[in-house]
Amino acid sequence: MSVAGTKRRRLPNWLTTQQNVRVSAAILAAITLVAVVGPMLSPHDYLSTNFDELTRPPSLGDAHFFGTDDLGRDLFVRTMLGIRVTLMVAVVASLVSLAIGVTYGAVAGYLGGRTDAIMMRFVDALYAMPFIFFVILLMALFDRSLVLIFVAIGAVHWLDMARIVRGQTLSLKNREFVEAARLTGVPTTRIIFRHIAPNLLGVVVVYVTLTIPQAILVESFLSFLGLGIQEPQTSLGTLVDAGVPHVESAVWLLLIPATLLAVILLCFNFLGDGLKDALDARQRR
Amino acid sequence: MSLLEIENLSIRYGAEAVVDGLSLNIERGESIGLVGESGSGKTQTALAVLGLLPETARLGGSIRIDGEEVIGASEPQLNRLRAERVAIVFQDPLQALNPYQRIGRQLRQVLIAHGLARGAAADERVLEMLTRVGLPDPDRQARAFPHQLSGGMRQRVMIASALLTSPDLLIADEPTTSLDVTVQAQILELLESLRDETALLLITHDLGIVAGTCERLAVLDAGRLVETGPTRSVFAAPESRRMAGLISVAPRLDRGSVLPPVNGDPVFEVCDASVRYRERNGGRALNAVRGLGFDVRRGETLAIVGESGSGKSSLVRAALGLAPLVAGHLRFGGETLPKSLVERPLSIRRELQLVFQDPAASLNPHMQVTTIVEEPLAIHRPDLDAGARRDAVAAMLDRVGLGQSYYARYPHELSGGQAQRVALARALVTEPSVLVCDEAVSALDGRVRQQILALMKEIQQQTGLAIVFISHDLAVVRAIAHRVLVVYLGRHVELASAANLFAKPQHPYTRALIDAVPVPDPVAGGTGTPLPGEPPSILNPPSGCAFEPRCRFAHARCAKEAPFARSVRGARVACHRADELELGRQGRVTGTGSAAQ
Repeated sequence: MSVAGTKRRRLPNWLTTQQNVRVSAAILAAITLVAVVGPMLSPHDYLSTNFDELTRPPSLGDAHFFGTDDLGRDLFVRTMLGIRVTLMVAVVASLVSLAIGVTYGAVAGYLGGRTDAIMMRFVDALYAMPFIFFVILLMALFDRSLVLIFVAIGAVHWLDMARIVRGQTLSLKNREFVEAARLTGVPTTRIIFRHIAPNLLGVVVVYVTLTIPQAILVESFLSFLGLGIQEPQTSLGTLVDAGVPHVESAVWLLLIPATLLAVILLCFNFLGDGLKDALDARQRR
Repeated sequence: MSLLEIENLSIRYGAEAVVDGLSLNIERGESIGLVGESGSGKTQTALAVLGLLPETARLGGSIRIDGEEVIGASEPQLNRLRAERVAIVFQDPLQALNPYQRIGRQLRQVLIAHGLARGAAADERVLEMLTRVGLPDPDRQARAFPHQLSGGMRQRVMIASALLTSPDLLIADEPTTSLDVTVQAQILELLESLRDETALLLITHDLGIVAGTCERLAVLDAGRLVETGPTRSVFAAPESRRMAGLISVAPRLDRGSVLPPVNGDPVFEVCDASVRYRERNGGRALNAVRGLGFDVRRGETLAIVGESGSGKSSLVRAALGLAPLVAGHLRFGGETLPKSLVERPLSIRRELQLVFQDPAASLNPHMQVTTIVEEPLAIHRPDLDAGARRDAVAAMLDRVGLGQSYYARYPHELSGGQAQRVALARALVTEPSVLVCDEAVSALDGRVRQQILALMKEIQQQTGLAIVFISHDLAVVRAIAHRVLVVYLGRHVELASAANLFAKPQHPYTRALIDAVPVPDPVAGGTGTPLPGEPPSILNPPSGCAFEPRCRFAHARCAKEAPFARSVRGARVACHRADELELGRQGRVTGTGSAAQ
């Protein structure tokens, strides 16, 4: 067949994953480090108000690196606190959804037949539940707490994960190495955890790095509705929300947490891309 | 000036040279075969001629088509060259065709894109070309989608597509590798018939194909051209060690001894087995296997031969408990064997093992070699402690010829042959009495294939292992089998000792299969007319004898009544006319009553 010209162009260097992964990992590490250590070095704390210093712009002189908010609280310390909470919510929620979703999806996909049908219909039923309603219900039944937010976010995201993992498992379970294991009599649990699960890693990791930013956004959204983190505790989402009314008078109140949130989201996305390559068995040395 | 002049061509990816200092000329109207093992640079050379290599490839030297330089040519120049001068046919026609467009429309676009014809003239030219390549009922096929055509028909469409632009040179890259042997013979015949229209560069690993098709040969070894010359003289007196090696490992149907039959009680028996798959949501039933059976004795190799869709894999998968068996029964060591895998005790599971076709896919990419081989031991020999298990694994790997340097490797760090050795070690580590090999050497190069076959034979001699060897390749089967079962469309065709089957086949289909195997020898080769048509769809099998539509000895009875297997001259044959037909030697087919009536 005569083939029309199809040459692939190479991407410019700054877009190649290798570099992005290193830079992203470095940035995330730096942000985490500062978020943990920073508040200890600062003379201020996150909850004492100072009515002499309302909405001060950032300055180095009095150690208000990010300025102060409308109650005179130090924004640097509050932002670092927010980063800690945000990262924790994101990582824990993603791990929860990872653990439940992978196990559930792999079991349903591998066992197949009626078990699969029942397990996946249960997932469909949960999907049909309105998320916000579910969260409000949880909040009404229990006290608001960080743990509850983990549970709420994790409980929603594992559904997607279960579906994706089930689909991958369906195609993996007929692969020849799995059949060879079945033939020899390798127990089902061992097949799922030794033969199927490791080969799901690539897809799962990519998906987790997508859920981390999602979890961050959901947490911000919940905080915005007043269902999330409670004052004086804070998160990046809460800070952004608090900064919005001051956009004209004290723009740093919005700009600083918003920029940090964007940088963190971007870094996670790049990191996921790189992790996918790193976990690809073919590239293992 | 030659049509194609390749001078000192080199292709590099980074520091690695895949083609090095290759010079080759092709004259107008010539047919030349480019042969070599996988990874020898055959396809890279073809892609370079078409200017289709990725940008990461560094090219050196010169490629001139009719005096026009290809290396460094601009995209419009290359497009013009590809339109007027050179066309290519790839191995897998399904990947080269757009699944969402009708055949006729795709071919029309070739004409329109190159400004060769438009409107009604284009349609006419497409039909003419589809007729030329022997597509039956071209009017209707032009309106079909690629998936509605069989593999052979798709390859015909690809050849038609290549010929539309009237190229001076047609490059065919392993054009028949994915096709059944009877269909391969048809496609080769078609390529040969194009000789007046275009020069042919046929790329293949199979010496049998070039021996009958090409005038001249070029032999590649690790990116270097080691030999060129007229086909006959290259075969008769190869100058290079590589070519001599290729000839010596090419399995042949007309040379070498056949293994004698083995006596003894059967270890593993499959009687009257039927396998049926159902389409989703209670759709049509697909009868993959209908009433097939076989048995295999200690120390014996039974080969099961058939084209794709013949049910040979389904049969053994069902026998092993990996596919549902709807009828029939199984016996192991004289005792009835449960059909379902989960009902079989571990002590029996260790006795039946399997080696797959694709060595890369049959090993877990996340496990190291020793872990892969150790896993079955951990299950079947709980009495061994970790140290004893390690010793057993080391002994097994040593047995299949893999030393310590392989222990910690992952499957992607192994070559195809090494991976297949690991798969063999995993299957044999539990000391089974039956080993099933499902096309286990089909994906391997000639040299490696021979090594693996020799290893299997050696292990069989030492341990008395019974082997069920599934293959589509009769030449390989002849080298390893004691007995052969031929199947077609899920039904029994013929079961006979290897000696009988190859010397005097009793069924017309067996005869046709043997005749279709290309002989890697330009002198001894030269087969008759290939078997017409292709295997019918298994979803819609013919009534009566499954082979009747393609059989030139078919009677009226054959279309109505399915034949049962019965004993004829020492073979179990399913043919109504087996008694009267004398299919003994190739080209001398006699019988009372000639063509279909």
